[in-house]
Amino acid sequence: MHKNKWKAWLYLLPAIVFLGFFLVYPLIDVFVYSFEEGYNSASETFFGVGLYNYRYVLREPFFLQAVVNTFILVIITVPVSTGLALLISAGLNHITPLKKLFQTIYFLPYVTNTLAVGLVFMVLFKKTAYSDGMINLLIRLFGGESVDFIDGPYWAKMMVTCLYTIWIVMPFKVLILTSALASVNPDYYKAARVDATPPWRVFTRITLPMISPMIFYLVITGFIGAFKAYSDEVALFGVNLNAANMNTIVGYVYDMLYGDSGGYPSYASAAALILFAIVLTITCINLLISRRRVR
Amino acid sequence: MKIVLSHLTKIFPNRNKKVGGDVVAVSDFNFTIPDGKLIGLLGPSGCGKSTALNLICGLETPTAGKIFFGDDDVTDLPPENRGVGFVFQNYALYPHLTVLQNILFPLENLRGERKLSRETMLAKAKEAAHLVQIDELLERRPGEMSGGQQQRVAIARALVKTPRVLLLDEPLSNLDARLRLQTREEIRRIQRETQITTVFVTHDQEEAMSISDEIVVMESGVVQQIGPPQTVYDDPVNLFVAKFLGTPPVSVFSGEIRAEMLYIGDAPVLEAKGLRDQAVWAGIRPEGFVPSPEGPLCCRLTGVEVMGRDRSVVASHPSCQSPEIRAIIPAETPVDTASDTVRFCLKPAKTHLFSRESGERLRAAV
Repeated sequence: MHKNKWKAWLYLLPAIVFLGFFLVYPLIDVFVYSFEEGYNSASETFFGVGLYNYRYVLREPFFLQAVVNTFILVIITVPVSTGLALLISAGLNHITPLKKLFQTIYFLPYVTNTLAVGLVFMVLFKKTAYSDGMINLLIRLFGGESVDFIDGPYWAKMMVTCLYTIWIVMPFKVLILTSALASVNPDYYKAARVDATPPWRVFTRITLPMISPMIFYLVITGFIGAFKAYSDEVALFGVNLNAANMNTIVGYVYDMLYGDSGGYPSYASAAALILFAIVLTITCINLLISRRRVR
Repeated sequence: MKIVLSHLTKIFPNRNKKVGGDVVAVSDFNFTIPDGKLIGLLGPSGCGKSTALNLICGLETPTAGKIFFGDDDVTDLPPENRGVGFVFQNYALYPHLTVLQNILFPLENLRGERKLSRETMLAKAKEAAHLVQIDELLERRPGEMSGGQQQRVAIARALVKTPRVLLLDEPLSNLDARLRLQTREEIRRIQRETQITTVFVTHDQEEAMSISDEIVVMESGVVQQIGPPQTVYDDPVNLFVAKFLGTPPVSVFSGEIRAEMLYIGDAPVLEAKGLRDQAVWAGIRPEGFVPSPEGPLCCRLTGVEVMGRDRSVVASHPSCQSPEIRAIIPAETPVDTASDTVRFCLKPAKTHLFSRESGERLRAAV
């Protein structure tokens, strides 16, 4: 028994060392950094311990802008992408010819490189000296005023960002929901048919409850993923996100560490912990709601 | 409601390219189900009995033939307009709804002038629940109930909209042995109380025999025999029906008719008046063997099993198609268990002769 215990630990050792070194230790370090005032990474010195870093970060306009941007992104993209994915997968489930082909097409964005997608979005939206971008050409065709989506007004930039994010996250959701829909026992639908159930009622009273655990899983991971948004914004607006007013919380953390204004691990740590608190709160709320709604 | 099936045929297109030809699931099915009867569709797996049920329900459309409910031609009606109640093999109860919500579900679907008030719906649901004796379980969810209870809920859900026809697909196959006995009596009772024409599908001959008013034996999509269970058992039209009904099964011997006498091996065992000389199959029911020291059929004795009321003699014979013969005899009939052999006389009414070529029944003149 005693010997076996050591053996067990031995087997666990690689994982423990790896996780400890790259996950647990940095986590603790972030926590420590965030409370050390005036930490200097070169000399590894600090003046004192306290909440100064949090106070600074919470007052910084760039951080507040990043929080606002992140929240707008989350609130728009999570429901829209989940809803659209539900519609698309319900549609996919109903067609029989070319079903596999459409499934593949809808999954393609998932395996496409973020920056490549960014390039395509540039062609669609960016105004250059030579072209206004495809979308602006369309807008003008219908007699509208052309808008600079990449360098223009805030709402236009936010709209492009949301579109971009939705387009990127949707394939995974479509994939999950299509398989969830396909796994519902067809006997339920037959029973509903024999009982003359109207299609809308079949969807809301049978299909939705049956796949609700998967929808819920997608909403939770969707929230967490959207709160961690960063690379999509870089792909659209370049690395200087503060200048574009399109920074996100993770972007702010990165800038504080390595950006032009960087070299402040304490501020970055404080911002990261604030993000952690936000995500934790939202996830807890999600869990509470789901316990009542999901079977 | 009388159900008339007229030349009902269902052919499924073949998807397996290696094997040619389409699949004929049901072939030229003709049957008039009398009003208020309980009918068992019986056959081995893949014989087309479930397809026949789906055709009556409307979940499948026939390739040819007509279906009438009473005088209405329902062949082209979708299931929702046929007024059928269907109980699925796995019950298909909605797991996220309570028993009451499940039973209410079909009523809530009614639209237009058939729409009911909430009170009527509740009253009807409770009435259906009472009929199947699940009054206590209305707030439970399907996952919190036993298989037998789920079965009752499924029946209640099928009955609540007072269907013209009740259809049950393998209603007992998901239950354990004890519940099966109990539930089949329940189905009989519910059917008697409601007087709804009921068709159920089963592969278990005992189940079909015990509760049906009439049974339909099917094989490879073709109806073999239709009739009251006892008639089909006593008077099978072919070898398949004889072999399919009865436990222990009928013992099949290869025999020969010579000069209006049935020979098994070299022993003349039974008179066969009016039959020409030919090779035959002789199917003998377990109760058709009568041990007798002078009996013509001599078998090797393997053992005698005492089963209380009667005894089961296990024997073997080189002409028998199965390695062992089971004969059921009254407990008081003496059998010399010390002997290696046992001799039987055969009861003519329990011995059926079948053509060696077609498997059809050969009837000797009485």
